[in-house]
Amino acid sequence: MAKYSLSINGKKFSIEAEPDTPLLWVIRDYVGLKGTKFGCGMALCGACTVHLDGEPIRSCSTPVSTLKAANRITTIEGISANTDHAIQKAWIEAQVPQCGYCQSGQIMSAVALLKSNPNPNDEDIDAAMSGNICRCGTYPRIRKAIHRAADLIKESGNTTGK
Amino acid sequence: MQKTLNIDRRNFLKYSGLTGTALILGFSSSEAIPNREVLNLSRIAESFELTPFVIIEKSGQITIMNSKPEMGQGTFQSIPSLIAEELEVPLNKVIIKQTSGEKQFGAQTAGGSSSVRGSYANLRKTGASAREMLIKAASQQWSVPVEECYAEDVKVFHKPSGRSFSYGELVETASRLEVPKNPALKDPKDFKILGKPVQRPDIPLKVSGEAVFGMDAEVQGMVYASVERCPVFGGKIRKIDDSLTLKVKGVKQVVKAQRTLGKNTYEVVAVIAENYWAALKGRKALKVEWDYQGFDQFNTLDYEKNLRELAKTEGLVDHNAGDFEGTFAQAPLKLEAFYETPILSHSPMEPMNCLAQWKEGDQVEIWVSSQGPDSVKRSVAEAFGIPQENVKVNIFFNGGGFGRRLYQDFATEATSIAKAVGVGKPVKVIWTREDDTQQGPFRPMTFSALKAGLSSDGKAIAFQHKVIAPSIGATMNKSYDRTKSDGTMTEGISEQQYEIPNVKNLFVLSETHIPMAAWRAVTSTTLAFSHECFLDEMAVKAGKNSFDFRMELLNKESDTKRVLTKLREVSGWDKPLPKGWGRGIAQWEFFAGLAGQVVEVSKRKDGSIKIEKVYAVIDLGTVVNPDNTKAQVEGAITMAIGAATKDGITFEKGMVQQSNFHDNRMVRISEMPKVEVHILAEGGTKIKGVGEPGLPPLAPALANAIFNATGVRIRRLPFDLDKIV
Repeated sequence: MAKYSLSINGKKFSIEAEPDTPLLWVIRDYVGLKGTKFGCGMALCGACTVHLDGEPIRSCSTPVSTLKAANRITTIEGISANTDHAIQKAWIEAQVPQCGYCQSGQIMSAVALLKSNPNPNDEDIDAAMSGNICRCGTYPRIRKAIHRAADLIKESGNTTGK
Repeated sequence: MQKTLNIDRRNFLKYSGLTGTALILGFSSSEAIPNREVLNLSRIAESFELTPFVIIEKSGQITIMNSKPEMGQGTFQSIPSLIAEELEVPLNKVIIKQTSGEKQFGAQTAGGSSSVRGSYANLRKTGASAREMLIKAASQQWSVPVEECYAEDVKVFHKPSGRSFSYGELVETASRLEVPKNPALKDPKDFKILGKPVQRPDIPLKVSGEAVFGMDAEVQGMVYASVERCPVFGGKIRKIDDSLTLKVKGVKQVVKAQRTLGKNTYEVVAVIAENYWAALKGRKALKVEWDYQGFDQFNTLDYEKNLRELAKTEGLVDHNAGDFEGTFAQAPLKLEAFYETPILSHSPMEPMNCLAQWKEGDQVEIWVSSQGPDSVKRSVAEAFGIPQENVKVNIFFNGGGFGRRLYQDFATEATSIAKAVGVGKPVKVIWTREDDTQQGPFRPMTFSALKAGLSSDGKAIAFQHKVIAPSIGATMNKSYDRTKSDGTMTEGISEQQYEIPNVKNLFVLSETHIPMAAWRAVTSTTLAFSHECFLDEMAVKAGKNSFDFRMELLNKESDTKRVLTKLREVSGWDKPLPKGWGRGIAQWEFFAGLAGQVVEVSKRKDGSIKIEKVYAVIDLGTVVNPDNTKAQVEGAITMAIGAATKDGITFEKGMVQQSNFHDNRMVRISEMPKVEVHILAEGGTKIKGVGEPGLPPLAPALANAIFNATGVRIRRLPFDLDKIV
């Protein structure tokens, strides 16, 4: 066991875990944020996607020991206060989720995409979102919603999406 | 469901006194113990005799029960809408609660695209009864004729004076009235919710991360388990060496337990730990020696050979009309073909999991994602020889179902482990993706031997579809009738509307010890492929256009004919395609409903095939949520593309060869074509299903399109789009 100091969604957490424990289980079972999901355990499906200093990572394959106290970790619970990030609004408008299990990961990937590319075309979307599997097949709506969110951000002039 | 009209006066009154007890929507909480409030309500519900699908409280709070678990298909919106529409309440002013297998709610399993169809009449009546009682109560309180009152937006209005009462103010008077036996249902033209693209109330929760799935369920004091199961189905434990496991920090104990799956019981070894990662590490350090009982001889290549041999046998008659043999023998044009499909995993994104607690007095409590709370109760009670009343079930959002969560082995296993760990200790079992991929149950493969005879002018006069397959029923049920054709395994082949005078369809059972299961759209997922591709082969033999050939066999008016006609129109079937493109058509009618699709493909310079666009027409009769219907068809198409073009499950030495999403690949966004969905909903009381019918037509329409573009006839699933030519 070792002690780790983590910054998640702007809050400090001090946890004690085995060094090889994946960040996913730390977030879910030590910190208690259940929005980040376990899907494959091998960084193949993207259900566990969170942001590490703004970049999307697969938390199921990120040992807690590789993280530093200075790292900023953001989960689905941290991207907006009232489910009002442009991506979330567009997701609701396009009625994207079906079962919803993969959607936290999809949204985290989409938020990161729009941050790095505010005006993606379909190919950009496909490239950025291909690491996220949706078994329900919400892909046509994910494409639509990302375009819509890009427009919402442009309209609002607030590039953070919030 | 038949009991919905059971609301007598006494019970209505009892419920009106519930204020303050059932006010909180529990599943939206991301707190440590989700669904606490739901648990309270279901305990209360259990103690009443009636079926409280809608609860209106004096405070004005309205609760509507959803009896069909939400797994992505939209029952969390569609089922409560049936009541809300008639009750004149918008969904955002209602609390929706998931039932937990309580007897009085009747069948609560979501499957077979049956949820809305099975509830439509009764739930509308329930809502209409409540509305009529509230209106009558208002007319009494005002002393005005009932005809002068109407309900709207959770209020009853008196038309001439404009006065109004909120529903809450009417509850006490209403609860003293007789429940109307035949309440007047609303005219569909006045619908505000049904038939409209209403937003789903579960979606905001699924966008914020607040939606609670079985995976997220927690109770105080629980421990975690990772379970070692024999890689060969039917193997038994010979020896367990847990010496290294017990050295893993956090591991508490190792227990033997059982997983009951239908008629099958499998021995398992569970590693119990204080956190999931420790359980998993402990399991990796575990050494279990298995006695494979000879089942390690099983492999896919030999099994397929066996199916091809069995195809030479006559089999059991599924459907017989006219004189197939005689007509086929004399037919001027003949053709025969053999089609093959693979075993598949369901692979919902939420791996199987279950939290179970064995309590004093043989009481069991379960927290789980399942398609059927009632079937969890039944399965656990049967597996442990306890009354169903002893099993309390808490159902969460399902992270996908697709048929996998119709089988409650994850619950029987977790219960067995909890029992072994000891009274009072809740145990959360989490399957790895590898467990989920390899441990079944699976969608069965089907092989098909097809024969057709055509007249000299190219009309189908004789047709035979012989299905050679393992059986879901034979591998799952103790009693299975081997003397009759298996309707599930021949699903749809004798239900198509094509008017062919001489038909003899057959079934040949192939035994196996591998557990087989319903998979979204069940056997239609493979039989539509063989059937509708062969129809295309017949059209080619007849020298006719695929569409015209089918229409010539559809002289009588039928839903199929309407679907194909609509499909021709919306897909632009008669317009020429760019060079190197091809299009294919297919339709399928089966127990769940009816849909047809046209697929357009193009051939890239490197010879690979790109799916350009899918046009879909689904026939519903009546549509509850057109936007969600489109979502379901889009999803079914995605799943079907994967089933047609990705990986199957194969066995070697009795073991599944695939393990995770790298070798059991799923469709990704970059592979998703454009999809255009059209709904036929022309009124009437006949309702067809939504969740499944979008799946079967895809594979044959795609294969037919590839033939059209390349001349290559595909007769085996899966096929690689990069290696067609």
